Amino acid sequence: MIELFDTAVLSRIQFAFTISVHIIFPAFTIGLASWLAFIEGMWLKTKHPIYLEIFQFWVKIFAVTFGMGVVSGLVMVYQFGTNWAVFSDHVGNVIGPLLGFEVLTAFFLEASFLGIMLFGMNRVGPKMHFAATLFVALGTLLSAFWILSANSFMHTPQGFEIAENGILVPTNWLEILFNPSFPYRFFHMVIAAFLTTALVVSGVSAWYLLKDRYVSHARIMLVKALFAVAILIPIQIYVGDASGLNTLEHQPEKIAAMEGVWEDESPAALVLFGIPSEKTQSTNYAIKIPHLASLILTHSWDGEVKGLKNWAREDRPPVWPVFFSFRIMVGMGLLMLFTGICAMYLYFRKRLFTTKWFQRWCVLMAPAGFIAILTGWFVTEIGRQPYVVYGVLRTADMVSPVTPHEVAWSLAVFVVVYFAVFGTGIYYIFRLINKGMEVGQWQDTYGQHALKNPTTIADIFLFKSKKDK
Amino acid sequence: MFSFEEFINLPLIWAAIIAIAVYIYIILDGFDLGVGIIFPFAPSEECRRKMLNSIAPFWDGNETWLVLGGGGMFVAFPLAYSIIFPAFYIPLIVMLISLVFRGVAFEFHYKASAKRRFIWDYAFHFGSLMAAFAQGVMLGAFVQGIPMIGRDFVGTAFSWASPFSMMTGVAVVMGYALLGSSWLVMKTDSVTQKWARKVTKYAVLYVIVFMFAVSMWVPFLNQEIYAKWFAWPSFGYLVIIPVLAITISIMLIRSIINEREYQPFLLTVLLFSVSYLGLAVSMFPWMVPHTIPYWEAAGTPETQSLMLVGVVVVLPVILAYTAFNYYVFKGKTNSDDIY
Repeated sequence: MIELFDTAVLSRIQFAFTISVHIIFPAFTIGLASWLAFIEGMWLKTKHPIYLEIFQFWVKIFAVTFGMGVVSGLVMVYQFGTNWAVFSDHVGNVIGPLLGFEVLTAFFLEASFLGIMLFGMNRVGPKMHFAATLFVALGTLLSAFWILSANSFMHTPQGFEIAENGILVPTNWLEILFNPSFPYRFFHMVIAAFLTTALVVSGVSAWYLLKDRYVSHARIMLVKALFAVAILIPIQIYVGDASGLNTLEHQPEKIAAMEGVWEDESPAALVLFGIPSEKTQSTNYAIKIPHLASLILTHSWDGEVKGLKNWAREDRPPVWPVFFSFRIMVGMGLLMLFTGICAMYLYFRKRLFTTKWFQRWCVLMAPAGFIAILTGWFVTEIGRQPYVVYGVLRTADMVSPVTPHEVAWSLAVFVVVYFAVFGTGIYYIFRLINKGMEVGQWQDTYGQHALKNPTTIADIFLFKSKKDK
Repeated sequence: MFSFEEFINLPLIWAAIIAIAVYIYIILDGFDLGVGIIFPFAPSEECRRKMLNSIAPFWDGNETWLVLGGGGMFVAFPLAYSIIFPAFYIPLIVMLISLVFRGVAFEFHYKASAKRRFIWDYAFHFGSLMAAFAQGVMLGAFVQGIPMIGRDFVGTAFSWASPFSMMTGVAVVMGYALLGSSWLVMKTDSVTQKWARKVTKYAVLYVIVFMFAVSMWVPFLNQEIYAKWFAWPSFGYLVIIPVLAITISIMLIRSIINEREYQPFLLTVLLFSVSYLGLAVSMFPWMVPHTIPYWEAAGTPETQSLMLVGVVVVLPVILAYTAFNYYVFKGKTNSDDIY
């Protein structure tokens, strides 16, 4: 078994596995931190306990997710050294500071204020507590900023030169930081994280509505989350399109793999579905729409799209995973668009809280963001192969001088431990959702049919004015 | 592009920054790993809950110093990073897996049903124990030296394993246990504190024995270290370190016997500081011992300059809000202080 795989292949599997598990948690906490800050802000503004109860419910889920993100992230930092030592030595001078600034500006901020956010409600005032939540949310966004910059450098490297010993030496920090693909990929990822969280929140709220639990809370959360989806998804599609154009400019073979295009085509047809084959160098059983790829990628009726055959076999990314991952990601995006449109239609028709099928649909859509993020990362990372720094360093040359045995063992341990530990964590999150919220007695003031007559936004603002009097 | 290499000794400053980050890590995560090491021996479930609560707001920030140490190496000394990390592959992976277990155990302890809670309590204990042991082993292996020919690692997957590194592994476990127990003396009261005082008494004895053993062994590992400690005139300056260590040990034992609240922890920190200083002196100027000194392992001056600006600007802010965090959760821990 071990003879079949060398250190490079095993290290790639290990990195892919550990980072795929890891990304699930920050993808959720980036959005969740901002959601918590928003909810706490609403609580401070209205003083209505319903927001505090919503906050206290999600903060528990946040804590579990964040803890798993921290420990799986620590593994990533050290893996650059343990498994990709040659990579670290070659690019440490260039992307090192980006990771260094991530630690300094983001990790410490999140980690320190998380303590106050989770345990400090009785020890600091509400305003200080809110500040702590804001700092945690800011930390998650800063973290995304730096890590996306470092990762984007690996896709569109610039601002460096190669020294005699093959080591990358920085020549212009601003060019490195704001490399061409960075703005697109940063916004694409942050919006994806927000969408992911919004879909989870709407899924959980819809499930509560279906079960007739916490109806007041669920209605408030559902509306906010679905508005977020409806507003963000068109922006996301626009940013995704812009990111695609940027990729076409800088990494055309990635686009060719995503589209399953082998020969140069102009006008290029869009392959809706098909089975790309490396053997025959063609995409078989393809269902195509004429002109559409030209239209999307070049914004002209018959612009040219380069085919994979322009590149030697050893310089091409593996087509199969890129092609299918891309279709899954786009499919998820279209389902989200459908969700957003339906939500707006039902909301303004005042049928959002009574349309059962749509609530069931929201529950089904809860994991859609995670699927889109994972497949999106598969597209971009596998699409960069065989390079680790595009056009500069090849992945296979970058591994540590460790034996395949060591990596095989560590990989096996990671797989077992991650499934056990993070599987349990995800199970606990489901249990927290099932257990539900701790709801105070305030609802009784709205009459004896409190559950059948849930709190409205108007009630919440009335509550405040009543208190002010 | 800017660089400060003409005004200041960048590699030396960076070696110092990383040494300080690792030092802060050892002190801060030392006490919360230590609490994990002695965790299962606590007299009651309520004590254990209090122990967890006493460190829950801090462990995350404490562990970030480990990221800064590792990340700092990556930035400032990529060559050393790319040699040392693969050489310590197995202990590093053991440490990471252990930290995964103990990290999630904080949250899972509160979330698990009463019947299943013991699983995460053991995960917390063994995770803390193994992480501490792996760190100690790596410390020992680092002091002992990494087998190199020129710039290439020539050891095997198990080069780090030796009687000396096993001993330093146990020594660090004991050291962290002392930090943890004296932390509990400071942060808890009644039954938990009484028990922590007892643990501190035992731990301090083991720590002093191991410190003595390590101090005696290190000079004989390597000619150069021997020469540094036992040759005139360096002996004249360096003798202050063992003298300080002995003085602090005596004060520490007295403070424990006199049942002081804060002194045992603070003196333990001081004892750790002196020991760390002793090791730092022994290892200077090696970044990969005993082949590559810090100036040869250094990254480009541009990289070190940029990152130095970051450290100078941001680190004081980090220290300020870290201090604020400890201030918010000052005083004795409340067993029901959970969210």
